[in-house]
Amino acid sequence: MQPATPGEPSPDSASPPRFSATLTGECLILSGPLRVQALSDPAMTRSAATIDASAVTALDTAGAWFLEKARRGGCKVTGLPQELQPLLRQVAASWPQRPKETGPPRGSLRGAVEQLGRHVGAAIASLLALVEYLGRFLAALARALRHPRQFPLTSLVYHCQAVGLNAVPIVVTISFLIGVVIAYQGAYQLRAFGAEIFTIDLVGIAVLRELAILLTAIVVAGRTGAAFTAALGAMKMREEIDAMRTLDIDPDQTLILPRVLALTLMMPILALIGDIAGLFGGGVMAWAALDISPAIYVARLSQNVDVTHAFVGLVKAPVFGMLIAIIGCRFGMQVGGDTESLGRMTSASVVAAIFAVIVADAGFSIFFAQVGL
Amino acid sequence: MSDPIITMRGIRTQFGPKVIHDGLDLDVMRGEILGIVGGSGTGKSVLLRSIVGLLTPAAGQITVKGIDVHRASGREHALLGRSLGVMFQDGALFSTLTVRENVEVPMRRLDLPAGVRSELADLKISMAGLPWDAGGKYPSELSGGMRKRAGLARALALDPELVFLDEPTAGLDPIGASEFDRLIRGLTDTLGLTVFLVTHDLDTLHACCDRIAVLAEKRVLATGSIDQLRRIDHPWVHEYFNGPRARAAMEQTARKDD
Repeated sequence: MQPATPGEPSPDSASPPRFSATLTGECLILSGPLRVQALSDPAMTRSAATIDASAVTALDTAGAWFLEKARRGGCKVTGLPQELQPLLRQVAASWPQRPKETGPPRGSLRGAVEQLGRHVGAAIASLLALVEYLGRFLAALARALRHPRQFPLTSLVYHCQAVGLNAVPIVVTISFLIGVVIAYQGAYQLRAFGAEIFTIDLVGIAVLRELAILLTAIVVAGRTGAAFTAALGAMKMREEIDAMRTLDIDPDQTLILPRVLALTLMMPILALIGDIAGLFGGGVMAWAALDISPAIYVARLSQNVDVTHAFVGLVKAPVFGMLIAIIGCRFGMQVGGDTESLGRMTSASVVAAIFAVIVADAGFSIFFAQVGL
Repeated sequence: MSDPIITMRGIRTQFGPKVIHDGLDLDVMRGEILGIVGGSGTGKSVLLRSIVGLLTPAAGQITVKGIDVHRASGREHALLGRSLGVMFQDGALFSTLTVRENVEVPMRRLDLPAGVRSELADLKISMAGLPWDAGGKYPSELSGGMRKRAGLARALALDPELVFLDEPTAGLDPIGASEFDRLIRGLTDTLGLTVFLVTHDLDTLHACCDRIAVLAEKRVLATGSIDQLRRIDHPWVHEYFNGPRARAAMEQTARKDD
């Protein structure tokens, strides 16, 4: 620090002095109040060999920061009035100590490869975490079956209502509309060949095998999977889950088990309701657009559409339900302490659940094709 | 030192039928640290929120630097906003921003280059007693004490004349709390701040405050130094300043002074 020279008397105090910075040669002369607003003065960004601060009348931390930074950059700071020195000393004393940068610089090839590696690692870890949560669910289920009195029956019934019964209206509406759309499109295309009657086969097979269950799963993923993540995430954020652990309450058993079990049990029921609504929609459309009477529609359905199609569709339902619930719970437990991560995890949970459902559906298709169903 | 920077006259605050303040008068002098004490539910935080303009009292007038807080024009509001800094109880940091970005938030109003802003933020973080690497962290990654320091760094970002601290030492361990007391005292002396400090902590009152105002019976019951308040004949005030905890805090201060 430069030796202090006695402060000059402040100029005429009738009007508040304005800040000014003038660069003469290598010397930057500052006068008036050196406050944070002064830092946007264009003259302040030029480099100078010395700074004459003898006419500075007031100083704030930002001003002191400017002087100290200049001093550390090899510039001589002279003449700061005595009464402003303590602030400069305080700023100098608590100057941030920047540690050396470690790791590869961002933007380099090595950095990009490292980023890619981290993403792949994170993806594998998140896949493994799903397996972990499946294991936790099964272990909790086994424990609950061994000690039936610990079984969270009330909670299970509550969640069955929330994920099952309360989802019926939206599942019925969507499946009905899909039946209508398939019947209408099928009739329009098949009429060209004079084969309108096959519309019934088309609706039956498409709705029963794939569409009803897939759409139900997507609706449930958006509705219930997101709700699971948000509910568990909020509990995680408010340390409720930690509190449960300290009270010797197993979160796997009280939170995850009833949710996953409820969705696994309710999903086939929802899918069956979806099947019926889809077939009903197809029937309504066939009657309205093709003049196929309900009696003929039902007769042809039961004759030409084998019950294995319904079986193939429904057998997927519990698997999809379990996948959605486990993903929802797992992402909920990943939520950290901040509100941002709750939102991020909720949307990630829906995306992951829909993705998982479609991948599993593809797997089922290959499997059923191989076994000839 | 003698002219009041905040004046409150006839403040009445109520939530529904529940009256919190009734006919409350208080002056805060320029350059002092005023401690506000009072039992739970006497409206200490409510008073703070009324002064900074988050709450409008049912009656009465609050002026800060000569501007009536609740009848100020837009321009006056902006002027007031620049000269106030508030540290809320748990820091109230924005959870989606890092500590450094949190401290930069008040500076965004000024026309500063981004580099200057972030270096100034680093300086404030360091002045609040946080380590260098805290700047890049998110509030959820910090301990309670560090969040309070970060909250103080944000409150001091623009060197406001007036700083409001709501229970700055609550929930800190005694060592951390007394470090915080020294920090507040030191920053006040070098920056020439006026501090409005709501606290329950007797040690903080001893270590920091120039003057103490006691809230009770819906008004400011008394103001003065600890010694003056100790002689006041009111059951709550007497119990507060002469109870076992108060004596322990006094002895500690006396030992420190030796």
